[in-house]
Amino acid sequence: MSAVLDNHGHHDDHAHHPSGIMRWVMTTNHKDIGTLYLWFSFIMFLVGGVLALGIRAELFQPGMQFWRPEFFNSLTTMHGLIMVFGGIMPAFVGFANWQIPMMIGAPDMAFARMNNWSFWLLPVAAILLVASFFVPGGAPSAGWTIYAPLSTQMGPGMDLGIFALHIMGASSIMGSINIVTTILNMRAPGMTLMKMPLFVWTWLITAYLLIAVMPVLAGAITMLLTDRHFGTSFFNAAGGGDPVMFQHIFWFFGHPEVYIMILPAFGIVSQVIPAFARKPLFGYASMVYATSSIAILSFIVWAHHMFTVGMPTAGQLFFMYATVLIAVPTGVKVFNWVATMWKGSMTFETPMLFSVGFIFVFSMGGFTGLICAIAPIDYQIQDTYYVVAHFHYVLVAGSLFAIFSGAYFWLPKWTGHMYNEALGKWHFWLSMIFFNITFFPMHFLGLAGMPRRIPDYAPQFADFNMLATVGAFGFGLSQLVFLVAVLKCIKGGEKAPANPWEGADTLEWTHLPSPAPYHSFEEQPVVK
Amino acid sequence: MSNARIEANAAGRAARLLTGLTSKAAAALITALVTGSALAETAMAPARYNLQHPATKVAADIYDLHTLMMWIIVVVFVLVFSVMFYSVFAHRKSVGHKAEQFHENTTVEIVWTIIPAIILLGMAWPATKTLLAMKDTTSADITIKATGYQWKWGYDYLKGDGEGISFLSSLATPYDQIYNNEKKGEHYLLEVDNPLVVPVGKKVRVLTTANDVIHAWWVPAFGVKQDAIPGFVRDTWFKAETEGTYRGQCAELCGKEHGFMPIVVNVLSAEKYAAWVGDQKKKMAAAADDPNKAWDLAEMKARGEKVYAANCVACHQANGQGVKGAFPALDGSKIVTGPKAVQIALVLNGKPNTAMAAFGKQLSDTDIAAAITYTRNTWGNKTGEVIQPPDIKAARK
Repeated sequence: MSAVLDNHGHHDDHAHHPSGIMRWVMTTNHKDIGTLYLWFSFIMFLVGGVLALGIRAELFQPGMQFWRPEFFNSLTTMHGLIMVFGGIMPAFVGFANWQIPMMIGAPDMAFARMNNWSFWLLPVAAILLVASFFVPGGAPSAGWTIYAPLSTQMGPGMDLGIFALHIMGASSIMGSINIVTTILNMRAPGMTLMKMPLFVWTWLITAYLLIAVMPVLAGAITMLLTDRHFGTSFFNAAGGGDPVMFQHIFWFFGHPEVYIMILPAFGIVSQVIPAFARKPLFGYASMVYATSSIAILSFIVWAHHMFTVGMPTAGQLFFMYATVLIAVPTGVKVFNWVATMWKGSMTFETPMLFSVGFIFVFSMGGFTGLICAIAPIDYQIQDTYYVVAHFHYVLVAGSLFAIFSGAYFWLPKWTGHMYNEALGKWHFWLSMIFFNITFFPMHFLGLAGMPRRIPDYAPQFADFNMLATVGAFGFGLSQLVFLVAVLKCIKGGEKAPANPWEGADTLEWTHLPSPAPYHSFEEQPVVK
Repeated sequence: MSNARIEANAAGRAARLLTGLTSKAAAALITALVTGSALAETAMAPARYNLQHPATKVAADIYDLHTLMMWIIVVVFVLVFSVMFYSVFAHRKSVGHKAEQFHENTTVEIVWTIIPAIILLGMAWPATKTLLAMKDTTSADITIKATGYQWKWGYDYLKGDGEGISFLSSLATPYDQIYNNEKKGEHYLLEVDNPLVVPVGKKVRVLTTANDVIHAWWVPAFGVKQDAIPGFVRDTWFKAETEGTYRGQCAELCGKEHGFMPIVVNVLSAEKYAAWVGDQKKKMAAAADDPNKAWDLAEMKARGEKVYAANCVACHQANGQGVKGAFPALDGSKIVTGPKAVQIALVLNGKPNTAMAAFGKQLSDTDIAAAITYTRNTWGNKTGEVIQPPDIKAARK
């Protein structure tokens, strides 16, 4: 670690970092890298969004309109992969890069060069992934879960997808090691673990989850690769293998992955709510314990994705009980946020709107999650649009709304300008309304029996599908408001004071000017 | 059970939708909740806001469990969010509310950990009871094996009345309806050529397996969904309480035609079922081909066209051009116009790691011979060869 700090000092002395494009290619500065991550994720968000609109356009009416069924399957698969691995995850790493050093009073991330490397792997992976659309056989079309043996049937697009996932996994592991090391070793004097801002806590736990499960995914897709090309039979029953084993391994990664995508969102909301309620977070310690419990439980619930696969009754009961248990710490979090708001002095600038919206809509996703957890009910809704509605309520209204909340919250610190409040409010209300128009009807579709991942459907599902498509296009277009708001904020706007939010009290607001200088906390602050 | 008749004309519906949307969506959740099991009594129209009308005890239990859960959730939701929204309106700076600085309260925190835990226990109890009932596949009256193929279902009656009956069940909706050249029928995408037929009030055990990739056998009205996994056998069961036709779909992504492999179950009275079994046995005896018959080209092509339409057309297309980059063209193909042994071996054994199935396990010698003859003498392919059933038999080893 000390080597990195020396190197950093060297930079300060001479201030000769390259300019132009090379500044971004060579940068080891956590703020530059954070910016790169955030722009990368936004671009992937738009790409994944366009794919989603391709899905919704086809589903506007019964009958095949635009695509062939196999291309439709590629659209759903790539939408999932791009949003999960290219959109949500890198966005949170972007927040981690910008915020963790500033919030713990550290000058930079612990491994500055590795930080650069872990970002620059991502565009490579993204290019591989998107290039799969242009190879014979097209992009992977086995669903984002790439279940074997369907995924062994695919063309070379699947191999590109596998390599892309490997690379993104490596990037995530490097990023996580960096985050863990930074948090554990570089906190300002006086900042004990139990004094860390909650966003830092949630990322510390998330980083451990990533280190634990990304290698598991890598193992699964490596076995898939050797099944495809080197004659192994890990997942081929005819060769003595077991197709279900892929699902167990995948979901042992996949379920913690779900929490990887939501814990940092909890962290952001836990910074924003107290700031705009002008009141300390209610139950800081219990928030930390709740987050840890969710992380630990996430390792013992994976087979709830597989209730209809068939497993012993005792197994089903175990996974049902364990899953239902997650509602307890999640409930504690929601209660804590509401209690933080209670008797505060609230104002509703855009970050607060997105955070309150998050609590409201994410909770609906949490409740439908509880419905899915009840195994007998899950038999009816597994692999239907109900599940699609459920995970979009937690991933869009959950993770994405928290990302927007955090972006508006910290934009003044990042750019030195205030964002346009009117645009922000438009963005929130349009997103909120169109999100619900898109995804709420999907609950009904799923209950009434519409399977997911189908390019065409029976006429009784027509009305709600049309409604969902209208909502999806509205939601997609609303995100351009965000782009305009961010660009305007970067270019100019009202000058931001060091702390534009009355109730914000973490180090980046109390100790640093806006915009935060390129090198901050060269001398560590002391936390009392 | 009649499906809603929905006009294909979307423009008119779009206009109606946009005006009625908001109130519809708002009314929807309430309808779903309030109706509860009252809906179950009266609903014969397809479900719109809730689970389908249950036709078995298990499905009814699931329905009630879901209704119970929804009520619990609605109560908790309303409680928590009335507190939050009260706070949002009352404790804002603009109305002059001053922030208090309290935080942490062990009693409150213990209470809101314990109470949800107790509610969850209350939910787990009925869920466990229903699950145990669902998993009990013992003492079945009839056992049927459902095999998932890309992209159709195969049914074999293994035990009980109808033992020995065996047939394939594929989508009956014509491609012209799917590609919007024809008005869509009443049971668009939910109709098959040969439905599964079972007697009412008998316990039917369904063994699921698959030939190629994972499928899932799902009939919502029965509360049954079971993955069909290649190389493995899983089981589930249902006992239909009322006669009628019940429709479901494959519920596990299984490739390009995943959305086009429905499941239809006809539940008949005991007498009608016995008659159906008799019919099937006669038909099977009549349909058995004379293995020594020598077929001429026209006969074989005519039969082959049907086999091709049921098994091959999804990938290789009606015009034999396939789909570029994904599924090879047969028109002008070296394999189809080359030595017949190569093509026969390919059709019998399939091609590993592709969607090309080993049809030797699914189709009779005559059907395979017919399909191959058809491909070798259609479009631009003019080999003039007639493949005879003994050719196929000889190639099977």
